[in-house]
Amino acid sequence: MRHIISILIENEAGALSRVSGLFSARGYNIESLTVAPTEDPSLSRMTIVTAGTERIVEQIVKQLNKLIDVVKLMDLTEGPHIEREMMLIKVKASTMAQREDVKRLCDIFRGHIIDVTSSTYTIEMTGAVSKLDSFIEALAEHKIIETVRSGVTGIARGDKSLHL
Amino acid sequence: MELSGAEILVQCLKDEGVEYLFGYPGGAVLHIYDALYNQEDVKHILVRHEQAATHAADGYARATGNPGVVLVTSGPGATNAVTGIATAYMDSIPMVVITGQVSTAVIGSDAFQEVDSVGITRPCVKHNFLVKDINDLAETIKKAFFVASTGRPGPVVVDVPKDITDPAIKVPYHYPETVNMRSYQPTLKGHSGQIKRAVDLLLAAKKPMIYSGGGVVLGKGSDELRQFVRGLGFPITSTLMGLGAYPASDKQFLGMLGMHGTYEANMAMHDCDVLIAIGARFDDRVTGKIAEFCPDATIIHIDVDPSSISKTITVDIPIVGSVPDVLSEMNHLIENSSKKPSKKALSEWWSIIDGWRAVKCMSYDQNSDKIKPQMVVEMVHEITKGNAYVTSDVGQHQMWAAQYYPFEEPNRWINSGGLGTMGFGLPAAMGVQLAFPDSVVVCVTGEGSIQMCIQELSTCLQYGLPVKIVALNNRYLGMVRQWQEFFYENRYSHSYMESLPDFVKLAESYGHVGIRIERPEDLRAELERGFAMDNRLVFFDIVTDQTENVYPMIAQGKAHNDMHMSPFSAPAQDKERELS
Ligand SMILES: Cc1ncc(C[n+]2csc(CCOP(=O)(O)OP(=O)(O)O)c2C)c(N)n1
Ligand SMILES: [Mg+2]
Repeated sequence: MRHIISILIENEAGALSRVSGLFSARGYNIESLTVAPTEDPSLSRMTIVTAGTERIVEQIVKQLNKLIDVVKLMDLTEGPHIEREMMLIKVKASTMAQREDVKRLCDIFRGHIIDVTSSTYTIEMTGAVSKLDSFIEALAEHKIIETVRSGVTGIARGDKSLHL
Repeated sequence: MELSGAEILVQCLKDEGVEYLFGYPGGAVLHIYDALYNQEDVKHILVRHEQAATHAADGYARATGNPGVVLVTSGPGATNAVTGIATAYMDSIPMVVITGQVSTAVIGSDAFQEVDSVGITRPCVKHNFLVKDINDLAETIKKAFFVASTGRPGPVVVDVPKDITDPAIKVPYHYPETVNMRSYQPTLKGHSGQIKRAVDLLLAAKKPMIYSGGGVVLGKGSDELRQFVRGLGFPITSTLMGLGAYPASDKQFLGMLGMHGTYEANMAMHDCDVLIAIGARFDDRVTGKIAEFCPDATIIHIDVDPSSISKTITVDIPIVGSVPDVLSEMNHLIENSSKKPSKKALSEWWSIIDGWRAVKCMSYDQNSDKIKPQMVVEMVHEITKGNAYVTSDVGQHQMWAAQYYPFEEPNRWINSGGLGTMGFGLPAAMGVQLAFPDSVVVCVTGEGSIQMCIQELSTCLQYGLPVKIVALNNRYLGMVRQWQEFFYENRYSHSYMESLPDFVKLAESYGHVGIRIERPEDLRAELERGFAMDNRLVFFDIVTDQTENVYPMIAQGKAHNDMHMSPFSAPAQDKERELS
């Protein structure tokens, strides 16, 4: 099963390598990992998407908690949550037909064209992983020049939160 | 008080009550060595290789329960220490390792003797720190000791760049009394509801089994364990790491379990209906085949580290907490419970166990014209009256030491169980001997292992450490040879030991006493002669039977009831099993 694990971690040099090193040393699967500071400069928030049996995910959670720099942790997938990923995608758009079709698809998926040249469109799109995947699929007839995805971030719905 | 970084470091060690610092100097730590000069509080022990510094600190920690402390230089000093750090990590030994580092200004520039010590040690430490500001130094050292010695203990590395210890830069010194880390708060007290459930289950068990591990020794829970076992009247086995936490001579003790465990301990594991694991981690050398591990048992597990629970074996009642805390709560509940363990069920269980004991799985050839290694260990036990601290290296001799030297007290049996590091025994014995100068410290080793840290004979002379080295010299990497005999049709690929040095002369050239023993009839007298030399290091080079194997043996990945038995033990009787 796929799990999204959110971590508050001390904003120390090397904290990221402790987490990534744990995953590689123990052979855990890692789909994406994002990290950035929070409103409290001493803390970073990390979101890890991983997959494994319940048993393995339980170990992942325990091993992460065991890292001295990890302050708090939450498995977002245990409750209702919102998951978002941001994508920047550069698509070939030189003919009129191409430009119209790409624009139409972009609108349908509620993306924004943020940069335009005579031969390309660059689109910004935010959503769940599946939406971004579908958009890439929808672009099948077009030439994708470059895709940049941020990796998943997420937050619990309602009153539940991960804070100190 | 204004101090330089180097002076702060030394002062921190004093304030922490550190007795011994095991180390080796080099460029990056010269300021620190200068601060160590002309002070007597922290005694520096100059080893001959940084690996030995870590093992010696480790041995000291295992015997005393206090963290061992190491100081090495950057680059090769740090990399040489890695084996010892990993050894301590695998066995959860509290240790603080201070590594010198190149100056902050040149970190990352491939400076002379620069390695990324924090990066290299990261997977084999409980935590590590790089000190980048002199003002953080004292607090970092405090944190290092705190993290190393609390919760599930382990080694902590503090990497200190040279400019941080610059004698010209002085700052006010203050050593914090306590330290609070929001990200590190180990659980000590177990969950009362879980403890109650566990006690109910234990009191209703018909074929209970207690499996205790190194966590009992590390957690200082031996007294509580003894009360627990005696209060219940249950059989108990121990892992290699837990030996001595429960007295080996007690009739409730079934001996060690696992790959080279006793027949009775492994059979009782296999057949039990309730298993309680106490400070043990279900290591693969203990469990054998996971799918057939304690097939009929409901399992309770007490451990201070939540990640140990249900890691390899899924347990039914997990209890996260320190061993003495949880056990004393259990003891209290058991004493005050109206329920008592069923006398009838227990006596039936004990009679099955006695049937297994009758197999006498530890029997070996008593009439050989060669020296049997088992006999050597038994005799050492007799001569030292069972009171010695025994360290070992890794191999057959290690198993024989564990099997034939019954330990009555915790912290007496000192070996590298988790990492299995050859070369551990002698330096570990130095650490123990320093901690207990008036006790007998024996290092049981092999002719292979002892050569991995032999240079420490020099350290032993310098500090007058009268360790007794008992080398079971079988001219083989015996444990490797045994596997090749059993599993590779006697193809002894590179497991012989030829061109061995003359260990007697070698010991003598280091200024010690060497005694070679070749015939069984000389064994006792020669051992007694050597052990009588209280103030001398004696190296016994004992020429043992090359073909001897360690029994019983569960082959890797086999179940507990599937053992290779010594040809000298009685045939296993299946009718005892039918009783059940
Ligand atoms: C540093 C290291 N290298 C290799 C091994 C693998 N190994 C385990 S036991 C053993 C043989 C040890 O030989 P010896 O010290 O003579 O002991 P014996 O088994 O003969 O009693 C070896 C090579 C190890 N445990 N540690
Ligand atoms: Mg040998």
